[in-house]
Amino acid sequence: MSMKIFIPRDSAATAVGADEVARAIAQEAAAQKLSVQIIRNSSRGMFWLEPFVEVETPQGRVGYGPVSEKDVKALFKARFHEGKPHKLSVGLVEELPYLKNQERLTFARAGLTDPLSIDDYRAHGGYEGLAKALTLAGSAIVTEVTDSGLRGRGGAGFPTGLKWKTVHDARADQKYVCCNADEGDSGTFADRMVMEGDPFMLIEGMTIAALASGATKGFVYIRSEYPAAIATMKQAIIIAEAAGFLGQNIQGTDRSFRLEVRRGAGAYICGEETAMLESLEGKRGMVRAKPPIPALQGLFGKPTVINNVLSFAAVPFILAKGAATYKNYGMGRSHGTLPFQLAGNIKRGGLVEKAFGVTLGELVNDFGGGTASGKKVRAMQIGGPLGAYVPAAQLGMPMDYETFAANGAMVGHGGIVVFDSNVDMAAQARFAMEFCAIESCGKCTPCRIGSTRGMEVIDRITANEEREANLTLLEDLCQTMTDGSLCAMGGLTPMPVMSALKHFPEDFGAKKPRMKMAAE
Amino acid sequence: MSGKATLLDFTGKTADPALAICQKHGNRSDALLEILHDLQHEQGHVPEASLPVIAKALNLSRAEVYGVATFYHDFHFKPKAAHVIKICRAEACQSMGARELQAMAEKFLKVKLGETTADRQITLEATYCLGLCASSPAIMVDERPVARVDAKTFKAIVAGLK
Repeated sequence: MSMKIFIPRDSAATAVGADEVARAIAQEAAAQKLSVQIIRNSSRGMFWLEPFVEVETPQGRVGYGPVSEKDVKALFKARFHEGKPHKLSVGLVEELPYLKNQERLTFARAGLTDPLSIDDYRAHGGYEGLAKALTLAGSAIVTEVTDSGLRGRGGAGFPTGLKWKTVHDARADQKYVCCNADEGDSGTFADRMVMEGDPFMLIEGMTIAALASGATKGFVYIRSEYPAAIATMKQAIIIAEAAGFLGQNIQGTDRSFRLEVRRGAGAYICGEETAMLESLEGKRGMVRAKPPIPALQGLFGKPTVINNVLSFAAVPFILAKGAATYKNYGMGRSHGTLPFQLAGNIKRGGLVEKAFGVTLGELVNDFGGGTASGKKVRAMQIGGPLGAYVPAAQLGMPMDYETFAANGAMVGHGGIVVFDSNVDMAAQARFAMEFCAIESCGKCTPCRIGSTRGMEVIDRITANEEREANLTLLEDLCQTMTDGSLCAMGGLTPMPVMSALKHFPEDFGAKKPRMKMAAE
Repeated sequence: MSGKATLLDFTGKTADPALAICQKHGNRSDALLEILHDLQHEQGHVPEASLPVIAKALNLSRAEVYGVATFYHDFHFKPKAAHVIKICRAEACQSMGARELQAMAEKFLKVKLGETTADRQITLEATYCLGLCASSPAIMVDERPVARVDAKTFKAIVAGLK
């Protein structure tokens, strides 16, 4: 019987040499005349261990990492293929506290399956949600999603069921389902992991959305920075169609749903839903004014369900296990789980799916193990480049949409970027303005011009030029951007800027902390 | 890709390579980004001369096509070097030394971001997030992402390209 060896095909594994490791293992096995089956699985999301090689044993999978090409001969010598000890061994993978202490509802299959094996997917609970949905009327599916308490995982936290209901109730000859997979926020990679590691889950979630809303056509808009995700999604669509889970007459019913992948072209703003619609229509990614809301007049002017990858990915579980099961997780009005992403200067970076309510400190210190550099955690940027910088003093904050909002921060897409004591917070604030200037679509003035003026004002503050006047000017500018921008790009750029200034005034050349700050 | 095959228009001149690509996409105007991607992949850049051809095929104005081609960071009118290295400048990579990596790369290649080396082998560019934020700093070498990059690995990658 051949031994099964798992080596992830996730970009975070191949970017640190997983392909080379897989090749070396295959060569060494051949040289030793060992019969091994190498499976390129999805990643467990423990990126400090990548390339993470797992071996199937009667006790369960034993893991080794981070493995480099150079380690392969020694691993075979230690008989790693039988799960024997080696200095890179982490023991039984399922027993690792990092995985054991998670609540993986969406990422239940992460690391377990071959991403493009639909049989593997089904053997691990895949397509149970769709089977249920095919027995329900559209309105009943909408009710199920509404009852689960699921809120938009892209960052805005809008109730998914309400959005779907609006599209369901709209009358039109054509409706669409669009997946926003333009995951441009630094510190986030959960969408990429879904698309590269469990693509059928996204397809299943979108298909359920189509059944719920009455849409027959859908698009996955994927950023061009994710070539592996684009390739995997395209292949998965072909496989799902061939297996009768997508396309004409899904599973022999009279329901049909066609799905297409569209590539972005390096514009961050296209992660904003209306800019994404413009881009999907082949136009410049310029933000549209709302109303009309996309649920009523979206793609090509038709009612459109737009959700983030993680929102769609949560749906198969909700349909399969029931809304109440999902809703039982979480706190307050934040129901279910969020796949948090530990990133930046962190010892054990990766994907941690937990119910809402877990504290920032539990994520960064207990799971993450503090900084990679070993220095003190000084700041964390949460929710992408438009999210607030949070000081270490707030590590006790529970991850919850409302708690974060009350503290002038946002959970966003669940990305947490950790910075150690080396960070220059004035440089980070300036970068927030610079990034906005580079990526602004240019439609509204506060964002297009305010971002450049913002950089200049921050430069004058750090140079101690008319300090007080420029601080007032920066606050005023940020207020104008918050109030006057068309979308979150200009509207939220002040969040990292003002939070950095509020919590770390000493980095802006202040002699002592400024006590009085305008309310954010 | 069959786009290299010579298509003749009725005047006997060689048809623009964009024509076949537009046809492949059913001359649909919503596929404009895909068309520009394919054209750039085939030609190495988006030839400005192709823009009016695309406009005509998709029944758009030249201004609309030009507007799209210039809006997105990915598209470029001039050929780049044989290889493109993109350094992630986003926050997660910054927290792990992306600014220093960029400075080192610029000094090592004797170019600034956006420029091409004197031997026309490498164009150095910025990118904002490759989704490898737990393995920072990250770069993209042509279509291949590389993570946990330091000066030594960067220099080895450059040596491997030449």
